[in-house]
Amino acid sequence: MPASSLLPILAALAALGFVAGRRRALSLAGGDARGLHSLPAHYGAEVALFTLLPALALLALWSLATPLAVNHLVAGEFPAETRAEPGAMSLAMSDIRRLAAEPDAGQGSAGQGTRAASLQEAARLYSTLRARASGLASLTVLLTALAGLGYALWRIHPRRRARSHVEAILESLLIGAATLAILTTLGIVASMLSGTIEFFRLYPAGDFFFGTIWAPSFGGGSRLGILPLLWGTLYISLIALAVAVPIGLFAAIYLSEYASPAARALLKPLLELLAGIPTIVYGLLALVTVGPALARVFGDEGLGWMQGASAAITAGLVMGGMLIPFVSSLSDDILNAVPQALRDGSLGLGATRSETLRLVVLPAALPGIVGAILLAASRAIGETMIVVMGAGAAARLSLNPFDAMTTITAKIVSQLTGDADFASAEALVAFALGMTLFVLTLGLNVLALHVVRKYREQYE
Amino acid sequence: MNNCSQDTKVTAKNVNVWYGDNHAIKDVSVDISDRMVTAFIGPSGCGKSTFLRCLNRMNDTIPTCRVEGELCLDGEDIHDARVDPVELRARVGMVFQKPNPFPKSIYENVAYGPRIHGLARSRAELDEIVEKSLRRAALWDEVKDRLQAPGTGLSGGQQQRLCIARAVATGPEVLLMDEPASALDPIATAQIEELIDELGRSIAVVIVTHSMQQAARVSQRTAFFHLGDLVEYGETDQIFTNPADSRTEAYITGRIG
Repeated sequence: MPASSLLPILAALAALGFVAGRRRALSLAGGDARGLHSLPAHYGAEVALFTLLPALALLALWSLATPLAVNHLVAGEFPAETRAEPGAMSLAMSDIRRLAAEPDAGQGSAGQGTRAASLQEAARLYSTLRARASGLASLTVLLTALAGLGYALWRIHPRRRARSHVEAILESLLIGAATLAILTTLGIVASMLSGTIEFFRLYPAGDFFFGTIWAPSFGGGSRLGILPLLWGTLYISLIALAVAVPIGLFAAIYLSEYASPAARALLKPLLELLAGIPTIVYGLLALVTVGPALARVFGDEGLGWMQGASAAITAGLVMGGMLIPFVSSLSDDILNAVPQALRDGSLGLGATRSETLRLVVLPAALPGIVGAILLAASRAIGETMIVVMGAGAAARLSLNPFDAMTTITAKIVSQLTGDADFASAEALVAFALGMTLFVLTLGLNVLALHVVRKYREQYE
Repeated sequence: MNNCSQDTKVTAKNVNVWYGDNHAIKDVSVDISDRMVTAFIGPSGCGKSTFLRCLNRMNDTIPTCRVEGELCLDGEDIHDARVDPVELRARVGMVFQKPNPFPKSIYENVAYGPRIHGLARSRAELDEIVEKSLRRAALWDEVKDRLQAPGTGLSGGQQQRLCIARAVATGPEVLLMDEPASALDPIATAQIEELIDELGRSIAVVIVTHSMQQAARVSQRTAFFHLGDLVEYGETDQIFTNPADSRTEAYITGRIG
């Protein structure tokens, strides 16, 4: 029985457990809920959780273990030399899975002779094993659910602290979710790290970190220096921040200090709407509108500073536009957190609104605003689509913002898409780039969080 | 040019205040004398703080608030187009209910007003103003060795005296105090009251308070507000011993409010 039909059955059992638990608790108390330690619903919930959770855990375990076990058993049927040959086994297994899925279609395509026969044999074995495992899984899962249901019903007693039990189970569920989130992060780091280590086995770390030339060639002899990419990343981010920080901050100041409640109610959601636009749309804007417009002014027809529409300035300006709502929304929250009493104190001394802002509100909010800017910087560094579409592809160490440049993120995309051999240095470099980016943004985020936390204590 | 009298410091005539549709102050007229402490008493929500905030036009900063009537400082209408509310607030200082020192050093807190109004021509003069203000607020001896320490690090009572020092540093002619001791312990309260008494000898001090004992202790004149009306206004001794209105009597004997 597949999991899809097992789940509704489990849910039905849990619902049944809830009703039965509730009823049993009530009847044990002689029909009067006041005689129970907890509310009747708590007893029901406890039974339902006992029914559901162990069964679900077992089901998850089965789903993970079955393919591993079946593959292992099927592979055991093949001679040792086939198993030792790299790639041959996975090829055979995919053939087997295909044959098992549609036994008749495989007849012609799987080839002739002994290999076809043995594959057919293996596919039959595969199907039987799968079916058997699936049946076994369904049976044990259902039995576990029933056992949980029965056990929990049997344990119901008017003095049983069902309320605390339900509370404890829910708490451990929440802890489980939080742990899973952390484990995901660790998993990402681990997978990046293994790729990075693999890369540094093939390519010297010194050349990667200090190389000034980025010239991958899939025929070999690539030069994979990160510096031009790092330069492009930081340069474009800097342009973006130079656009976003003043505009975003001024917008936030207007919203929090000057705007009437009506204007604020209209403008703030509008600004935040801007933050919801997918970055690919901004990328299109860079490619189709901003780039050509800049090229018309600064390109060959105009001032002659710009070779094409793709340039660091194109991506930087558009990315700046993307970051404005981010900066303004964060700064607005921070300015609003400055107590009104401080503004009143300053106004009461005869300061004007802008004096109050400059001398009292901004200094009090400054650490928080710095935190917001650092968060924006880490977003700019990690941004991909706008750069891919707006900045060009040339890895270049140049001071001219009108030159095409590229960033770490854009190069990760280009190294991994296409026909790259995943074991080559040219593809694995993506992991090293990703790791560098991760460390960079992590550092900025930690710094930002530290600054923001320090600011929180300011007027406590 | 207007019918404000010249011999009192602040004159209010037929003042009405609305917060949106809420009529918070109803037709209040008060004369506040110079070199004297005037107390506003009354139950919560009676409008005494709102009326206080009219006197330095702090209500201008609340968008929904509307003030009507005549308010004069030294015979000049404070709502006149020629009066700059910013300048007005330098002449009519304010101390708030909760101590609100700026997150700056003690020195910078006191120097704030003189700096924005350009009252000192040199650093030495500014130092002098700061010291004089801190002395007037009876805080100098406690903080003279740590003027560069943050003002927020002081105790509640010291913070409130710092705010008073900050307010007197601009040399105000009137000092408005909105329940200045309500967030403080009895010892700090006694220090603040002593300070109010001292200040009331040189300038006009208007204090809003919940505590009738405080009003009786520090003020020469008392105004009793109830539900936005000014019920009674007169000599403090007379208000507390022989009130003319039955509502005043009910309040000071603890039967309402």
